[in-house]
Parts: sequence; C-alpha cells; structure tokens
Amino acid sequence: MLKDVTLGQYFPGKSVIHRLDPRTKLLVLIGYIVALFLAVSWASYGVVFVFLAGSIAISGIPVKSFFKGMKPLIFILVFTGILNLFFTQGETVLVHFWKITITLEGVIRAFFMIFRILLLITGTFLLTYTTSPIALTDGLESLLSPLKKIKLPVHELSMMMCIALRFIPTLIEETDKIMSAQKARGADFESGKLMQRVRALVPILVPLFISAFRRADELATAMECRCYQGGDGRTKMKLLHMRSWDYYSFLAGAVVIAAVCVLRSFGL
Amino acid sequence: MNKAISVEHLKYAYPGVDDTPDIVVFEDLNLQIEQGSFVAILGGNGCGKSTLAKHFNSILLPCGGKVYVYGMDTSDEEKLIAVRRCTGMVFQNPDNQIVANVVEEDVAFGPENLGFASPEIRNRVDRALKQVGMYEYREHAPHLLSGGQKQRVAIAGVIAMEPKCIVLDEPTAMLDPRGRAEVMETITRLNAEKGITVILITHHMDEAAQAQRVVVLHGGKVAADGTPEEVFSQVELLHGIGLAAPDTVELCWELNKLGFDLPLSSLDPDDCAQILYERLKV
Repeated sequence: MLKDVTLGQYFPGKSVIHRLDPRTKLLVLIGYIVALFLAVSWASYGVVFVFLAGSIAISGIPVKSFFKGMKPLIFILVFTGILNLFFTQGETVLVHFWKITITLEGVIRAFFMIFRILLLITGTFLLTYTTSPIALTDGLESLLSPLKKIKLPVHELSMMMCIALRFIPTLIEETDKIMSAQKARGADFESGKLMQRVRALVPILVPLFISAFRRADELATAMECRCYQGGDGRTKMKLLHMRSWDYYSFLAGAVVIAAVCVLRSFGL
Repeated sequence: MNKAISVEHLKYAYPGVDDTPDIVVFEDLNLQIEQGSFVAILGGNGCGKSTLAKHFNSILLPCGGKVYVYGMDTSDEEKLIAVRRCTGMVFQNPDNQIVANVVEEDVAFGPENLGFASPEIRNRVDRALKQVGMYEYREHAPHLLSGGQKQRVAIAGVIAMEPKCIVLDEPTAMLDPRGRAEVMETITRLNAEKGITVILITHHMDEAAQAQRVVVLHGGKVAADGTPEEVFSQVELLHGIGLAAPDTVELCWELNKLGFDLPLSSLDPDDCAQILYERLKV
C-alpha cells in the first residue's frame, strides 16, 4: 500500500527542458511567477499561457500527468472561485436573489484567479517533473551559496535534503514492515473511531523513530569513514554548466516578463 | 612484507552510563596485519570484533596502547584523513551507508570529500563500479537494488577512494546466499587483482575459510591465529568459545571420535569427499 507513493514525481527524459541547468529552471520559474502576478488582462495571461504551453510541449511530458497532480487541489480551486464569485463588488449584476449577488466582474475575477492558480501549479509541476531531486538540491545549493557569507549553512541544508530524499523509500519500507509485524500480533489499524485509530499508530511510530535514530547514527559513522568533513574542500562530480539553451531560456523568460509589463503599462 | 596495520598493547573500554562500570573490551591486544593479505577475524558475539574494526580508521581511539595504520598513529588528529584514506570501511547494513539516491552519486561521495577535480572523480567512479560489476546500474536508485547489489555499491564507494586496505564488518550478515556469494567473490577478487589488504570480520566459517589467515578473538584476546587449516583443525578450542568449525571439518572430527583417523584440514566439500573416499576404499 505504502509502496505506491511516488516521490519527487520526476519523469526522466532527454528533452531540452530536462537538460537545462537546474539553476536556469529555478530562476526562470521565479520569473514566470512574477510575470503571472503582474498579469491583469486577457492579453497578458495569454502571453504567460503560451510560454507555459510551449515549455510543456518541448518537455514532452503528457498533459494528463499535470491533471493527475492537480486532483488534490480541486478543493482550493473551487473555494477560491466561489469566494471571488460571490464577494466581488461590481456594476453589471447578472443574478440577484435573496442576499446573493453575482456580478460580471465577479465571474471574470473568479475565472482569472482560478486560471492564475492553475498556471502557477502547472509551472512548478513542470520543474519537478523535469528535474531530478538531486539536480534540484544541487541547483538550490549553488543559487543560495552567496548566503554562506552571512553564515547560512547552505551546504548542510542541501546535504540534509539529499539524505532525506534518499531515506524516504527506506523508511516507507520500514513502516510497512513494522505495520505487518504489529498486525501479526493483533494490532488493528483500520477500524474504530478516529481517536482509537490515532492511538493505534503509536506502536508504529515508536519503533520507527528508534530505528531512524539508529540508522542516522550508522550513516554518520559511514560518512565519517568516507572522509566527510562538511562542505569545505568538497568538490562535485557533476558540475553545473550553463549552455546556450540556458541563455535562450533566460531570454524567453525575460521576454515574457517584458511583454506582461508593457501590456500592463497600456492598461491591458 | 610491510605492515598494513599494527595493534600494540591495545586497551579499550566503553565508558559506563551513570553508575555502571566501564565495559572493558581489550586489555592488552597485539595483532599485526601484512600489506596485501586477506585476513578473516572470527569471534562470537561481543568478543570485540567490531570494536577492533573501528580502531582501524580512527572511529574509536585506544584508551591505552597504539594502533598504527601504515605507520601512522590513529590517535594523531592531524593524520585522521590520511588514515581514513588508507583504510576504507564497509558495514553490515548496506542501507545505512548509502548517502545519495543515485548509485554513481553515492560512489562519488568519497572522492568528492577528498576534493578531487570532476574528471578524476568520474574516472574513479567508473573504475570502481566496473570493479564490483555494478557499472550498468550506475543510474539506478539504490533502494531498488537487491541486498548483494547494494553492498557491492557500498564497496565501490569505498574503493573509489583507492584505499590500501578495506575493513568489512560482517558485510554479508544481512544478505541471502546469492548476495553473500556476490560480495565474497568481489572482495576476493579485489584482494587478488588489486593487492588491496582485506580484513573481513565475519561469523560465517565458510567465508573465513576463503581467507589466507584467520584470527579468532575471544574475551578481548587472540585465541587462535594462523592459516584456515591450522585454526579450524583446533575444533575443541573453537567449540570452547562457542564457535563451530566448517561443516567438513566438523564431519571429520565427529568421525574421528568414532575411531577414524582423518586429517582435520579439508575446508572444501570436494576435498573432504575425496579424503573420505580414500579412507573407505581400503
């Protein structure tokens, strides 16, 4: 049951988007989000949408998988939509009964809000779908490295992220084993009231935590044996390289932001 | 031959918690290991096998006496990294020593720590993975590999640092027979082809029998030391400290009790069968 959990949701591939430097993807994503929040009109949303659709097409990732990832978020989308629909003041009243008024402005606004959230989520999905977790942590470490000057432990943070990602499947497997062991001795996780079910989890969590600490201890020894002494003097096997495609991506990102700004200045 | 590791009058005790007294492991242990040899260290539970192994690369420091690794004192802090570069260590649970979530990234971890340039790391990683026969799996996620494969990745991670000596602390304890065979084949090959000193800590007699030299530890002392044939023929001594000789030797020993007069030196079943055949033919 627990083995079905997908992690990092990375779809390996060979497209241009996959091969971009993770730093490029992170920065362009930030630019894309900025553009999205600057957009106020059909035209500017259109520009952002075309950029995203183009990127998805190049990445070769099936559109279906984006919808799949969207499922848990339907509630938020509907909620935002309803809020904007009912609580936007406007001139053109479309429907009016009892205390509820729906205005044309409200409909448009609700539509834009939902569209904005959809574009936002799809954009971040595209990043995680096309970038392996390890590349992502490498990219983050490299982008945040100037913060080392103000004593932020950037290397340690990225090492921790990397180890956490590495151990998620191991710990899931372990949880499965502990659950089976407790079930074999008569534990019941599936029936009873909420409180009873929560209480039934304690005999899983306690051994899981103990074993996680033991693992951490052994891993620390093993890392020490392999001459780990923190980030100083450490090199990387896979160096991050900016290639021409990375510069084109920056250019594309800049064009989108510029286009949105220009449209905005014309009041569109 | 040069000494790879030299243990001189080693004293070690785990500090007790609160009021409990210290747990003394070694009082006066002496042991020399030659460069390029393949030594198995045997012993029952709690005899100090793992504690000894941790002295070989400065994870634990002696309370008294000295441990020298290629002439370097392990308690000398300045030589810490040099000592650890010389002796790599492989532990029992492969899951708890793999750091990264891609095989090749994990093998690169050691060389990256040593600060080599990127192309040099690439070379070392490829070489190490080929040596343990895991090159085709370089882009796999470690948690999808079998136990034996994971342990071979862990060994590759150590040999990518190009140590002169590898210490393996019960590397096969958690593996199935096939995984055990894979790991044993890998380490014997590394010893024979690369001349890497191998120190194998184990409680499997048949694995110890593949070594050139067997050291039996008991109560913090060396109880027996010699070639596998020499050590395993001392069946009474092994039984006295809760160990068993390999099955072939046990068989001959039991038959000897019934009045046979068989040599206790056959460690391999074919050999043993041949001896029995010769004896029964008469």
